[in-house]
Amino acid sequence: MSGPKTISIKVGGQAGQGIKAAGQLLAKTATRSGYNIFTYTEFPSIIRGGHNVTQVMISRDEVTAATRMCDVLIALDQDTIDKHKDEIKNDGIVIYEGEKKIDTSDLKKSVKLCPIPLSKFAQEAGSNELLKNTAAIGAVMALLNGDLKILFNLLKDEFGSKGEEIVKANQKAAELGYDHAKKEYAKYIERLLEKKDNIEKKMVLSGNTAAGLGAIAGGVQFSAIYPMSPISGVLHTLAKYQEKYGYVYKQPEDEISAINMSIGAAHAGARALTSTSGGGFALMAEGYGLAGITETPVVIIEGMRPGPGTGLPTWSGQGDLQFILHAPQGDFPRIVLAAGDIKETFYLTMKALNLAEKYQTTVVVIIDKNLCDGDQSYPVFDISDFEVDRGKLTREKVEGIKRYQLSDDGISPRTTPGTGNFFIANSDEHDEEGLSSEESDNANAQQAKRMQKLITCANEDMEEPTLYGPEEADVTIVSWGSNKGSILATLKDFLNVNFLHITWMNPFPTERVKSVLSKAKYVIDMEANLTGQLANLIAEKTGIIIADRFLKVDGRPYYPEEIKDKLESVLNR
Amino acid sequence: MTKLEELTTKCSPNWCPGCGNIAIWAAFKNSAVKKGWDNTNTALVAGIGCHGHILNFTKITSLEGLHGRPVPVATGIKLANNRLNVFAFTGDGDCLGEGGNHFVHACRRNHDINVFIHDNAIYGLTTGQTSPTSPHNYKSKSTPQGNPDYPINPIAVAIASGATFVARAYAGDIQGTTDLMIKANEHKGISILDILQPCVTWNKEQTHDFYRANTYYLGGDYDVKNKEAAFKKSLEWGEKQIPIGVFYEVDEPSYESQIPQVKENPLVDNNPVRKDLTDLFEEFV
Repeated sequence: MSGPKTISIKVGGQAGQGIKAAGQLLAKTATRSGYNIFTYTEFPSIIRGGHNVTQVMISRDEVTAATRMCDVLIALDQDTIDKHKDEIKNDGIVIYEGEKKIDTSDLKKSVKLCPIPLSKFAQEAGSNELLKNTAAIGAVMALLNGDLKILFNLLKDEFGSKGEEIVKANQKAAELGYDHAKKEYAKYIERLLEKKDNIEKKMVLSGNTAAGLGAIAGGVQFSAIYPMSPISGVLHTLAKYQEKYGYVYKQPEDEISAINMSIGAAHAGARALTSTSGGGFALMAEGYGLAGITETPVVIIEGMRPGPGTGLPTWSGQGDLQFILHAPQGDFPRIVLAAGDIKETFYLTMKALNLAEKYQTTVVVIIDKNLCDGDQSYPVFDISDFEVDRGKLTREKVEGIKRYQLSDDGISPRTTPGTGNFFIANSDEHDEEGLSSEESDNANAQQAKRMQKLITCANEDMEEPTLYGPEEADVTIVSWGSNKGSILATLKDFLNVNFLHITWMNPFPTERVKSVLSKAKYVIDMEANLTGQLANLIAEKTGIIIADRFLKVDGRPYYPEEIKDKLESVLNR
Repeated sequence: MTKLEELTTKCSPNWCPGCGNIAIWAAFKNSAVKKGWDNTNTALVAGIGCHGHILNFTKITSLEGLHGRPVPVATGIKLANNRLNVFAFTGDGDCLGEGGNHFVHACRRNHDINVFIHDNAIYGLTTGQTSPTSPHNYKSKSTPQGNPDYPINPIAVAIASGATFVARAYAGDIQGTTDLMIKANEHKGISILDILQPCVTWNKEQTHDFYRANTYYLGGDYDVKNKEAAFKKSLEWGEKQIPIGVFYEVDEPSYESQIPQVKENPLVDNNPVRKDLTDLFEEFV
């Protein structure tokens, strides 16, 4: 390796071989050594067998994307070599099982081969198959000149709850791999993962974990989430910490129940949040509208994967934007936000709980599989500026309170059952008390009142999109969601390209988007769907039609390499 | 104490004259007056169908939701504020057709809520189609040649699904229905009350006369704690053979009583505030 600033390590093997866990160990060892990480995992929708690969990017600077190419490939099986042989850099290292017949003859001659008796070391350390991964990580530590003590401490922290024996076995396996590589492959060692002097404490978080933590930080009181890829990690996080932080997570029988339970809890006065992916959101759609017409605050974290149907269940996509903006029948104020990275996922989830209560409506936070299952390192989040805002909620008895009273800002007083106040949260069009009413004047007034909330929100809370790069540029990329990381990683190589990152989808920052795009010399829309759903939204809101749509529908992230190719093809025209 | 006149809204009932829902409404208001259910301690939910109109005529805070979904809404309300008496009004189509999945799962979870099924064996609001409890061969607008489906048995399904209080009422007996509603709410855990009611407009078979002639009250040495006997009894249906009353009742811990987070106070009493998450963040370092 010729000393790249960012190291890319891929670990591959069969599903069930602990590939993802191995990546996590590497990621945390790197952050504890003072580096930044970013991970990306590919896996099929099965539990055993099938190819899994997890990629860990390690850098002295912030790292926001996975590259297609890697510096180190850890191959736990032949399949990994065969599938990734074209993704190894010319001077890359391949660590693989030396005990089995692994055919490396297809690899480039310049690649440094490091067979290691992983099975033997696993046997020696504690006769558990998964120890092979730990031995391989030990070998990586040796080759990158990392500090084995950091790995030892991490193994203690990660496996401590499983008992001293498991910790010792893992440490032994790591040591065997480390010593072997140090001795046999001393000529390949480069000082890329040396422990830094001043180490800032950093968390390694996935988007799913960040959404769960954002919910806890935002004061969630009730959550009902039905499992579905890629958002199951959100419910795992919320289920785990419920007793400690005093909220309730409930696993419902389906997504329809998830949203209706959330509506019930919010109606009763609890901060409520649910989460799902596209298919589950389709089931929630009617409830989404019920929350809208009854003005019940509910937050929905929607983690996208390619559709329709079950689509590509374990891959990433951005094809739900227009669906979320339009589901279900009828109009109501839908607040729709889209996070571009894991940190944004945390802060937007926290904010969404406030917005939902302030505006008494649904707030959807859109994320995607790349964010859900990927990890990034961040300094511990600062939430000292956050204050819970429950808007016009009262739990006192108020004489003559009208739950759906007409008001200039569209927001009515909100109260709950059990307070002595009376109202009906009514799915039917209703009057100011909530009683069913089909009168013309009332129907007009109530619908206008509800929609007014979106205008108030645009004025009081909507955030402008961020323009990264120079104000004036030859090419302007407009995009959203997890593409942000890949685009920012690419932008470092282009001084004449900027990037407009949009997080507020509804209400929409029309004026700012219009002003940036109308000034731009050349615009590229980048998004992972078949039709350019954000570009269509921009056209609807601003009248600007983006012709160059660089779209992707195979479930993979945009690699910086392909964005670079695209930009060069445009700039060299 | 709750006064009867305080329970009415400005809306007059718009059910057909003689509708069984009027009797169910009367029984509910009687129960509320007797037990003091009011806006300080009670929440109501309904689904969609003729039954759902009850909320417009009853001055207790409520949520009129979607077709088939009152049970999950009631579950959410109870989990958020387990101090409330929670009543879910639902219909045979609402609960057993559109909401069948929720019904079965609510039964096995034992949330301390009350599910009152306004069971008229017909879709009334959509003007007379077969419902999940309509008899085999029943002729309706959707089954003009006769219903090829067999009816679901809500009592048997509820017992099989794990409900801890399962009863049947006949709406025409307002006093009897009142007593069963009160018993249902006094039970700690889920209470299923299937209320037989005529639809005077669309169902010409299951009329007041039919029910008056064929129902009888369980009593004597019938043991409500015997699950097998309850199953057997639930299968009884025919001429002079429609049992009314409590089929099954056992004491099991309610869902809410098993959740430490709501043991001391309901969730809604712990107003959300910014938390110190230092320990939590530390777990991810």
